Amino acid sequence: MYRFVHVLCLVLMAAFLGGCSAGESNVAQGNRDGILHFGNGSEPQGLDPHVVTGVPESKIIDALFEGLTRKNPWTLEPEPGAAASWEFSDDRRVITFHMQPEGRWSNGDPVTAHDFVWSWRRALDPAMGNLYAYMLYPVENAEAYATGKIDDPALVGVRALDDMTLEVTLNAPTPYFLQLMDHYSSYAVHRETVERFGKATDRFTRWTRVGNIVTNGPFQLQNWELNRRIVVERNPHYWDNDAVYLNGIVFYPTENIVSEERMFRVHQLHYTADVPLNKIPAYRKMADTPFVEAPYLGTYFYLLNTERPPLDDVRVRKALSLAVDREALTRNVLYGSNNPAYAITPPGTLGYQPPQLFTHDPEEARRLLAEAGYPGGDGWPGLELIYNTSESHRKIAVALQQMWKDALNITVTLSNQEWKVYLDSVSQMNFQVARRGWIGDYVDPNNFLDLYITDGGNNNTGFSDPVYDELILQRAPRAATQEARFALFHEAETRLMEQMPILPIYTYASKHLVHPSVKGLPPNLMDFVNVKYIHLEDVPLTEFELE
Amino acid sequence: MWRFIAGRLLQAIPVILAVITVTFFLVRVAPGGPFDSEKAVIPEVKAALEAQYRLDLPLGQQYLAYLQDLARGELGPSFKYPGRSVNELIAAGLPATAELGAYALLVAVVLGGLAGVVASLKPNSAQDYIPMSVAMIGICMPTFLLGPLLVLVFGIHLEWLPVAGWGDIPGDKILPSLTLGAAYAAYIARLSRAGMLEVMSQDYIRTARAKGLPEWQVVTRHALRGGLIPVVAFLGPAFAGLLAGSFVVETIFQIPGLGRFYVQAAFNRDYTMILGTTVFLSTLIVLFNLLSDILAAWLNPRLRAQYGEA
Amino acid sequence: MTSANLTDTAQVEQGTSLWKDAWRRLRKNRLALFGLAVLTVFIALALLTPWIAPYAYDAQNLDLGASPPSAAHWLGTDIFGRDLLTQILYGGRISLAVGFVATAVALVIGVTWGAIAGYVGGRVDAVMMRLVDILYALPFMIFIVLLMVVFGRNLLLLFLAIGAVEWLTMARIMRGQVQSLRQQEFVEAAVSLGLSPATIVRRHLVPNALGPIIVYTTLTIPSVMLLEAFLSFLGLGVQPPATSWGLLISYGAETMEEYPWLLIFPGAALTLTLFALNFLGDGLRDALDVRGSGD
Repeated sequence: MYRFVHVLCLVLMAAFLGGCSAGESNVAQGNRDGILHFGNGSEPQGLDPHVVTGVPESKIIDALFEGLTRKNPWTLEPEPGAAASWEFSDDRRVITFHMQPEGRWSNGDPVTAHDFVWSWRRALDPAMGNLYAYMLYPVENAEAYATGKIDDPALVGVRALDDMTLEVTLNAPTPYFLQLMDHYSSYAVHRETVERFGKATDRFTRWTRVGNIVTNGPFQLQNWELNRRIVVERNPHYWDNDAVYLNGIVFYPTENIVSEERMFRVHQLHYTADVPLNKIPAYRKMADTPFVEAPYLGTYFYLLNTERPPLDDVRVRKALSLAVDREALTRNVLYGSNNPAYAITPPGTLGYQPPQLFTHDPEEARRLLAEAGYPGGDGWPGLELIYNTSESHRKIAVALQQMWKDALNITVTLSNQEWKVYLDSVSQMNFQVARRGWIGDYVDPNNFLDLYITDGGNNNTGFSDPVYDELILQRAPRAATQEARFALFHEAETRLMEQMPILPIYTYASKHLVHPSVKGLPPNLMDFVNVKYIHLEDVPLTEFELE
Repeated sequence: MWRFIAGRLLQAIPVILAVITVTFFLVRVAPGGPFDSEKAVIPEVKAALEAQYRLDLPLGQQYLAYLQDLARGELGPSFKYPGRSVNELIAAGLPATAELGAYALLVAVVLGGLAGVVASLKPNSAQDYIPMSVAMIGICMPTFLLGPLLVLVFGIHLEWLPVAGWGDIPGDKILPSLTLGAAYAAYIARLSRAGMLEVMSQDYIRTARAKGLPEWQVVTRHALRGGLIPVVAFLGPAFAGLLAGSFVVETIFQIPGLGRFYVQAAFNRDYTMILGTTVFLSTLIVLFNLLSDILAAWLNPRLRAQYGEA
Repeated sequence: MTSANLTDTAQVEQGTSLWKDAWRRLRKNRLALFGLAVLTVFIALALLTPWIAPYAYDAQNLDLGASPPSAAHWLGTDIFGRDLLTQILYGGRISLAVGFVATAVALVIGVTWGAIAGYVGGRVDAVMMRLVDILYALPFMIFIVLLMVVFGRNLLLLFLAIGAVEWLTMARIMRGQVQSLRQQEFVEAAVSLGLSPATIVRRHLVPNALGPIIVYTTLTIPSVMLLEAFLSFLGLGVQPPATSWGLLISYGAETMEEYPWLLIFPGAALTLTLFALNFLGDGLRDALDVRGSGD
C-alpha cells in the first residue's frame, strides 16, 4: 500500500515537472515562420458573423471573412474587398458593387453577389436574433424586415443583378455606408455550409467548427481550443493571397490584462489587447517602447438621470460637470493616456469638431449650485453614482467624488454593481448618476448624436428635446453637403451640452504593446487591424526592462 | 458498509434535485438577463432570442423541460457561446481543471500533512513554529496575490518557468499547481497539527507507548489514523472547492479550465451554463463528501465497526 | 499536552472553575499572551481611529499621487495621494468587525448544527448533513447578487452573508469530531448516568472537540476578511472611499511592481493579526485541553 502510494507520487511529480527546459519563445518562432501571436482579450462567443457581438470576435472574423470592402489601416478609407469596385448613382441612393473576378471561398467555390444577398437577408431575419442587425438599417426596407413589419425578404434593397453584380438601394444617401461594409454584420457566409448543419437562422449549429467552416477571407480556421487559442492559417483560395505576408495567426483569449502584459514581456505575444494602467509610465520611459497608444472613437461619460431630483435641475447638472477637473484626472489617474472630453462626440471624426461650451470652473459651479438652492452644499439631498465593477471605473469615481466634495461641498456616494445588475439599473433608469461609455461603430458624429433622441434605446437619461430630434432625424440626413450636415450636428450637440444630460469625462484611447518585429499594424481611430498589411521582421529579441 | 454507501447515494438524488430546483429559480430572479448588453437590444431581436432558447415559455414549463433534458443527460445550449452545448463546454474545461486540482491537492496534502505532523510531534518548539509560521503566511496570502508573486519571481526575474499557459510549454503546470495548492496546504497543516495533538493525548496512544513501541511507529500505526480525521472532513468539500475556486488561478495563468466557465456563467447570466456547472459540481460535492465520510469511518475504528454491522 | 503537569484534577471536573483554570494556564503561555496583546492593540486602534488617524481617510492629493513612505506619510500614499496609514487604520475597523462577527455567526451555527447532527445521528443527521451538501452546491455568486437585490447594501447583511457561507465546513468538522467522541467511554458513561443530551453535548462533546474547532476558527477569520474584499467587488460590502484590509491588499496586488508599499503594509497588518490569532488559538486549545488534565 505505502509503496504503491510512493510510486504514484513519483509518477505524478514526473508528469507535473515534465522536463523543465525553456524552449524557443513564441515570438522568435513566429518571426521565423510568419505566425503572429495575438493577444485577443477574451474567448470569442462564436465565429458566426451574424450572431456574435464584440471586439475579440471581430478580430478573428476579420481574418477569416471579408466584406465588400476592407479599410486601409492608415487612412481608414475603404479598399476593395469581396467587391473589386463600386459606383454610386447620381442621387447616391443606389450603390452597384462589382465582385472580385477571382473571389473564392476557402473550399474553392466562387464568391458571388447571391452570397451577399442571401447573407444580408439572414443577418436581418428577425428569427436570427442578430444584435447588430441595425448596422444594415440604412438599406431600403431592412429595418421593416428585421422588425417583422414586412415578411418578404425580396423587398429588402439588396439584389444580385448577376453573379458578379450586387445592387444596394438605400433609404437615403448615407455618407458612412461604405464603412459599414467591413463590419461583420454585413459579411457573407457560405450558404451551403450553413444549411448543411441546420436552418439558416439556427444559432445552435456546428457550421463554424474546425473542418466545417468555409470562409472567404485571407485566412481559414485551422484549430480552435476553447479558452486556449484559435489558430488561423493562410487561405490559398483568397483572391489577394499574394499580398498576404502572414502564414497564420494565433489568437489568445487573454482575459487577464496583467497576465497578458507578462506574456508579452517574456516574448509569448507579439501584440496585446490592452495595457494595465499602472504599467504605462514604465513603458513610456523605455527607449524604443513597444507601447502604442492612439485616440479611439469612443467617449467615457456619466449619465445624469434628468427625471430624478436633484438632477432634474439643469443648474445642478452643470455644476457637477464644471466642478470636474478633467485635466487633473486624465493626467494623474489615467497617466495621460486619454484626452479630456467636453462633449459626447470624440474630436476629429471625419473632420467634425464638437463644441466646447465649458472648462473646469469651480467658481461658476458653486454659483450654479447656489442658484439651484444648495449654496455651499447646504441642503444637498445626496446623490448616488453607480458603476460596474472595474479598477479604472472605481479610480475615476473616487477621484470625482473628491472633486465634488472639494469644489461644491457635496457628498456623492459610490456604488459598484456587478455587470448585469448595472446593465439592468441603467436600462431601467434606476440610478441618479451612472458610468457609461460609447464606442462608435463607424466614423461619423451621427453614431454618437442619435443616442439622445427622445426615447432612444440608448438614451437612458430622460433627455428629450424636440428641436434636437428634428436636427438629428430630419434635417441632418437631408443636408446637401457634408459641411452643412456637420453644421447641423454642431448645432444639435451644442443644444445637448447646454442641457447636460450627460457628463463627458474623457475620450477613449486604444493602448497596445506591439513587438518591434511587427510592421504594418498602425494605430488608428477605430483600433482597426487589417491583417493583410501585417508583416514580421526578424529583429533580435531584447529584454523589456521595466523600471 | 455497502448499505451505508448505497443509502448515501440514494440520498444524493434529492440533494441534487433540490440544488437544481433552487438554482433554476434563483438565477431567473437575479437582475439582468442573458441577452442584456451595453447597447440596447431591439425588442424584436430579444423576443426572437428568447424564443430560440425557450425563455418565452411559462417558468414551470421551462423547468419541466429542463428536467426532461437533464434526464437524457442534456444540459442544453449555452447562451453566451451560441453553437456550443453546456455538455461540450464542461467537457472542454474539465480536463485542465481536474488535472490542476489533482496536482494542487497533491501539493496540499504532501506539504501540508507533512508540516502539520512534523510540527505536532514537538509542540512549542522550533520544529513546530517554523512550519506553522510558513503555513500561516500561506493562509494570509490570497491566490490573487501568491500567483502573480510566483510569476514575478520565477517567471519574469529568474526566467525559470513560463508565466502562463497549460501544457503548452514544459513546466507551465508548476506555478499554477503551487499557487492553488498553497492555501490548502496551509489549512491542512493547521488542521493535521491540531488533530494529531488531540489524538496524541488519547489513552490508546499512551497504551501503545506503554507497550514500548518506538515513537515513529506510534505515529504511523496509531496516531495518524485518528489525527487525520479533521483533515479528511475538510478534504471532501475542499476538493470540490478546489474545482470551483480554481477560477482565479485559471485566469492568472490563462488556463482553459472549468473554473472560468463556472464563474463567468454567473456573471453572464448564462442560465443553462450556471445550471449545468452547478449540477456537475453538486454531484462532485456529494460524491466527495461521501468519500471523505467513508474515509473518516475507515480511519475511526469504532465508526467502522458500527457501519460494518449496519 | 503541556498541561500534563497539572495536579489539581478534582476542580477541573467542575464547569465553573474550568475557565478560571484555563486562564491560569493561558497566562503561562508567552506566545498566547503576545497574540492577545497584539489583538487588543489592534482592536483599541480600530476603536480609536477617528481620533488618532493622521489624515482624513478620503483626503486626496492627486498631484502627489503614489509616494513611498516619508516623514509626512509614514506608510506612503496611494495613487490618489491618500495617506496609507489612515487607510489601514480605517480599513482595520471594517476588517476586524467583519472577521470577528462573521466568524462568530459561522461558529455558532456550525458548531450547533454539527454537534446536533453528530450526536443524534441516524435520520436527523442524514437530513441535516444533506442540507449542508445542498448549500455547498448552490452557486455562491448568484446567491450574493440576490441578497444584494433583496436587502440592499448593508454592512450587517455582509456579516450575515459571510457567516451563512462559512458555517458549512465548520459543521462538517464538528460533526466528525462529535461522532468519533460519542463512542468513547466517558460519553457512554455520561449517558448511562442519565445526563440529558444537551448537557452531554455542552459539557463533554463541545469542550473535547474544541481543538480543531479553535484552529478552524482562527483560519476562518482571515479568509473571511479576504472574502469581504471579493464581496465588495460584487457590490455587497464597503464602497469607496471606505475601505478594508482585504480591499487594500487586492488593490495593492495590482500595483505590486510599481508601488510595493501599497501591498506590503496592509498585508503585514493582516498577517500580524493572523499570527496573533493563531498563537492565541493554540494557547486557548492547550489551556482548555480537558483530557490532558483530566487523568
